[in-house]
Amino acid sequence: MTSFGRPLTRNEDPRLLRGEALFVDDVELPGLLHAAFLRSPHAHARILGIDVTAAKTRAGVLAVYTAQDLGAYWQPGPLLVPPPPIAGMEFHQRCQVPLARDKVRHVGEPVVMVVAESRYIAEDALGDITIEWEMLAAVGDLEAALAPGSVRVHDDLASNVAAKARQARGDYAAAVAKAHRVIARRFTYDRGASIPMETRGVVAQWDPRADRLTVWDTTQAPVVIRNGLASMLGLSERQVRVVAPNIGGGFGPKMMMFYPEEVLVPWVAIRLGRPVKWIEDRLEHFFSTTHERSQIHDAEIALDAQGRILGVRDVFLHDTGAYDPYGLTVPINSQCTLLGCYVVPAYDSTFTAVFTNRTLVTPYRGAGRQHGVFVMERLLDIAARELGIDLAEIRRRNFIPADAFPYDQNVIYQDFTRLSYDSGNYAPILEKALAAIGYEHFLREEQPKARAEGRALGLGLVCYVEGTGIGPYEGARVQVQSSGRISLATGIGSQGQGHGTTLAQVVAQQLGVDIRDIDVTTGDTDQFYWGVGTFASRGAVVAGSATHAAATLVRAKILKTAAQHFECAEEDLVLAGGRVHIAGVEERTIKLGALAGLANPMRGAVTPGTEPGLEATSYFGPASGATASGVHAMIIEIDAETLRPTIRDYVVVHDCGVVINPLILAGQIHGGVAQGIGNAIFEKLAWDDQGQLLNASLADYLLPTALDVPRMVLDHTVTPSPLNPLGVKGAGEAGAIPVGALFAQALEDALQLPAKGIEILEIPLSPSRLWELLHGGD
Amino acid sequence: MSQRIAITLDVNGTAYRREVEPRLLLTDFLRHEIGLTGTHVGCEHGVCGACTILWDTAPARACLIFAVQAEGHAIHTVEGLAPAPGQLNPLQQAFQDTHALQCGYCTPGILMTMTAFLAENPAPTEHQVRDALSGNLCRCTGYQHIVDAVLLAAERAR
Amino acid sequence: MKPAPFDWHAPATLAEALALKAHHGDAARFLAGGQSLVPAMNFRVSQPAMLVDLNRVAGLDGIAWDADGTLSIGAMTRYRSIERDAAIAARQPLLIEALAEVAHPQIRTRGTLGGNLAHADPASEMPAVMLALGARFRLASSSGGREVAAADFFIAPLTTVLAEDEMLAEIRIPPLPSRSGTAFLEVARRRGDYAMLGVAVVVVRDAAGRCREARLAFLSAGPTPVLAPRAAALLRGTALDTKSIADAATMAQQEVEPMGSVQANPGYQRHLAGVLARRALSIAAARSLA
Repeated sequence: MTSFGRPLTRNEDPRLLRGEALFVDDVELPGLLHAAFLRSPHAHARILGIDVTAAKTRAGVLAVYTAQDLGAYWQPGPLLVPPPPIAGMEFHQRCQVPLARDKVRHVGEPVVMVVAESRYIAEDALGDITIEWEMLAAVGDLEAALAPGSVRVHDDLASNVAAKARQARGDYAAAVAKAHRVIARRFTYDRGASIPMETRGVVAQWDPRADRLTVWDTTQAPVVIRNGLASMLGLSERQVRVVAPNIGGGFGPKMMMFYPEEVLVPWVAIRLGRPVKWIEDRLEHFFSTTHERSQIHDAEIALDAQGRILGVRDVFLHDTGAYDPYGLTVPINSQCTLLGCYVVPAYDSTFTAVFTNRTLVTPYRGAGRQHGVFVMERLLDIAARELGIDLAEIRRRNFIPADAFPYDQNVIYQDFTRLSYDSGNYAPILEKALAAIGYEHFLREEQPKARAEGRALGLGLVCYVEGTGIGPYEGARVQVQSSGRISLATGIGSQGQGHGTTLAQVVAQQLGVDIRDIDVTTGDTDQFYWGVGTFASRGAVVAGSATHAAATLVRAKILKTAAQHFECAEEDLVLAGGRVHIAGVEERTIKLGALAGLANPMRGAVTPGTEPGLEATSYFGPASGATASGVHAMIIEIDAETLRPTIRDYVVVHDCGVVINPLILAGQIHGGVAQGIGNAIFEKLAWDDQGQLLNASLADYLLPTALDVPRMVLDHTVTPSPLNPLGVKGAGEAGAIPVGALFAQALEDALQLPAKGIEILEIPLSPSRLWELLHGGD
Repeated sequence: MSQRIAITLDVNGTAYRREVEPRLLLTDFLRHEIGLTGTHVGCEHGVCGACTILWDTAPARACLIFAVQAEGHAIHTVEGLAPAPGQLNPLQQAFQDTHALQCGYCTPGILMTMTAFLAENPAPTEHQVRDALSGNLCRCTGYQHIVDAVLLAAERAR
Repeated sequence: MKPAPFDWHAPATLAEALALKAHHGDAARFLAGGQSLVPAMNFRVSQPAMLVDLNRVAGLDGIAWDADGTLSIGAMTRYRSIERDAAIAARQPLLIEALAEVAHPQIRTRGTLGGNLAHADPASEMPAVMLALGARFRLASSSGGREVAAADFFIAPLTTVLAEDEMLAEIRIPPLPSRSGTAFLEVARRRGDYAMLGVAVVVVRDAAGRCREARLAFLSAGPTPVLAPRAAALLRGTALDTKSIADAATMAQQEVEPMGSVQANPGYQRHLAGVLARRALSIAAARSLA
């Protein structure tokens, strides 16, 4: 009975389906207090004075804190990701603070913390607080922020430049000199907010008798949170337990760490001697949980007459928001992912990350890859049109050939290693996608016929590469318990993507048990000490490989122990169905639980060089990431009058190496595409020029519904990764990455815009925006 | 000044007696007064559907109802779906079978919406299911497996 | 997002409810279905000191037909009841067609027609439908009552002619004449969203098949629902042919005053007004022959 590779249903589901699974806001503790934050209503202002006297005297309020009250505890957050080792880089570290002290730099920045008997009372008390502000001009527009004389988000810096980095290889000038065609355009790609259905939250409880702090946190990185909190609070790591129970979606912004609330709630719980809970409401979420937002690319591509890429040059601006604790992960991903599936002999990419008076920008599913894919795919589309080459063919001509792997792209990636594509084979993916969408039939017959009938149908076809499975490492501990159940613990955490099942499948494959007999803990730092977090499409690769290694070791221990028990050779043993037996002699059998008991003697001794029990811990740290790839294809129909699009067909052909669970993988693709659709045509954070968000509600910031996401057809190819024993690659972000480029192409095609002298060079694209483009821009 | 109102609410067939402020939202009553944390809060402005419960068999947003208003009505939450502890009802089982949940946060609200929908529409088309689902937001699944689950549950019931 | 504190009264009679409102004036708000008021309270943009909860007042809901065919709907009637009423489906199809676009079933379980009309959001479907149907509203207060035409009821966004002590008690919709056809169309970003633009139309033919009456009422087209009388006038006497409808649609584009929103440029809204007017009039014209 194999588990690995099968579409098994999940271990997690029954408790979730019955509403019994614990999420952070479900934590109830005796004496629990509730926190609320007074957040800046202004995008940029100096704080002249704060009066909290009325708030402090309100019945039911226990404490009110401003920055002054934090004393030595007040410090800017840690830099989570240092700048990459790119020569000549400029980087200015400015991290968020627990409570704003002298000035506020974005709407929603916390200024005062109130702790009360209920959230209702805490919010009442926020209304009692008065703050005297000196208003400052706010910057949001990236070019305006860089203009000389612009107001500065950080007064101690000379400008709003957060960072500048250039990566270049090959000779782009030479490429231009010999090019048949050079195409230059400005592209604007705007993402949005991840909006998981569960907002953020923290509960902290200090037990003075046990001398321990327990923190429940909606984090994608419980181990790192534990380490940071222990350090900040002057505790040893062993005194702090962080639990990330069930997390209601993360998508990246819950991987941002040491948010102000995360840092303050535990500190307050210790000071007040009562547990404290803070649950972010949806309004707060729009301002205080990180976004990914816009980049502006001035990009150009040099091609020969056959449409082969000679070089790409890109200069782009990246909005990093008011602070940059997450370093340059997002723009580096943009820079690297732009190269895509293609041979790009010369590449010269420069970006400037810009401080703005807006919410922080940190990775959100795709983490900057969307922007890079958009630029490259659009440039190729324009080139295809100008050179008279078929869309699919121009891509084919530029694919990295199947025998060229590992393929060194010679740029620095987000994991600080030189980007190397470990494996891949792009042409078959494209062919499968073309067949599945009915490419030839659509272009030759269906589309012309529809156009003759006055219907507007368009096709989109885009390719992408996704770097996945990066280090530094994860770990796993597998243990056979005396009950016979298998325990798996890992420090990676979960966002709801089924680690409790996929990792169990890896164990089950080695130990011959049913996945239902495996208990998986991913988010409790008391259960597993070391780890990094669930992000960057790395769970299956890194935690999966660590789990595989640990399970393999336990399998070896089982066989060795059983062989000693039965006094036979290990090769004569069969491990299946939760027990070991001698091949052909079924009655010579022992259950795994009993074997575990034998391995843990209560008398006698444990042989030197061995350990009690049937347990092993292993770590996996890939030197570099595994490269997944895919093609999305779509046929869209648009109402030529209302400009409302309807997706008719959507195909994803994807290569994420070996697949652990096809059912779970399909769910990841579907969910990623849905967020991609949101990003492409529904979701836009609408700011006014004072830095106010005009649509901070789910009624006005539009997430796709079940009527907006089509039924998708999925197919796969497999190029196993040589970088890990399972051959797996990451898949969590893939669905989301190319969708913007896909829509730009398909909508342009449906409305026949190029013939009207209009190109789509931006995302998102609402019907109203399409109307504006058709009527002369904005 | 703060009123305290004594109310008795019928939730999943059990009577719960509490004294509450008028402004206490039904979501907070369910989750924190009587410990039924299966009903989730996603927005508190009536859009996301995570808090959907049954109000006299019809689906309604618990975040838009004050607990004091619920006296005299029969409230059903996700905790009332399973036929016995540790079991799943056919709709819940269908959700597991088709992988119709990932993080599970939106799931209780969807289960309640679909319970009401299937009671009135035992043989729905895919479009009808998607239409009925459109008032519940899910950020993880892309909806396809949820639609599969509802269609599967309907098929199994016939 | 928790609401600010308030005193809550849930009277059993209309007289009590009106007396409370008369006594407390603007400090008190009526609570009907709560689907508009409670979100506003949760955001704390609305902080009434008192709620007069109408949900336990007897006799405020109900669907009844007068002998002359006038439809009377009590203000507290839930959308859910209206949309399931077979007689309304048969005799006032415009109401049912528009109701299907209002939010989602979960909202329609609790939401009331009267509550929605009193809330007076210019992007709501029902106010425009009431204008298209020529509805009249009965307003009640503890000092008496009065009747107001729907066309006179809405005066600004979220503002009606309701005095501080008044309540919308009943909606009265005249019967549709024979040889009438109705249609409701809107364009929203997603199912159930407030529309970027919508229109409710009624056309009535005479015995010779020519248009004798028409009404076009737009939503999300101005600070209140917008009637397009000049477009309607262009249709009178015509055969409701393609050209007449197109001309009326072009005229209607001049009569709307869209304000723009996060979702829509006002120019796009105006464009939609023409498109939807044309499409809705074509549908209604065909239905008026059936």
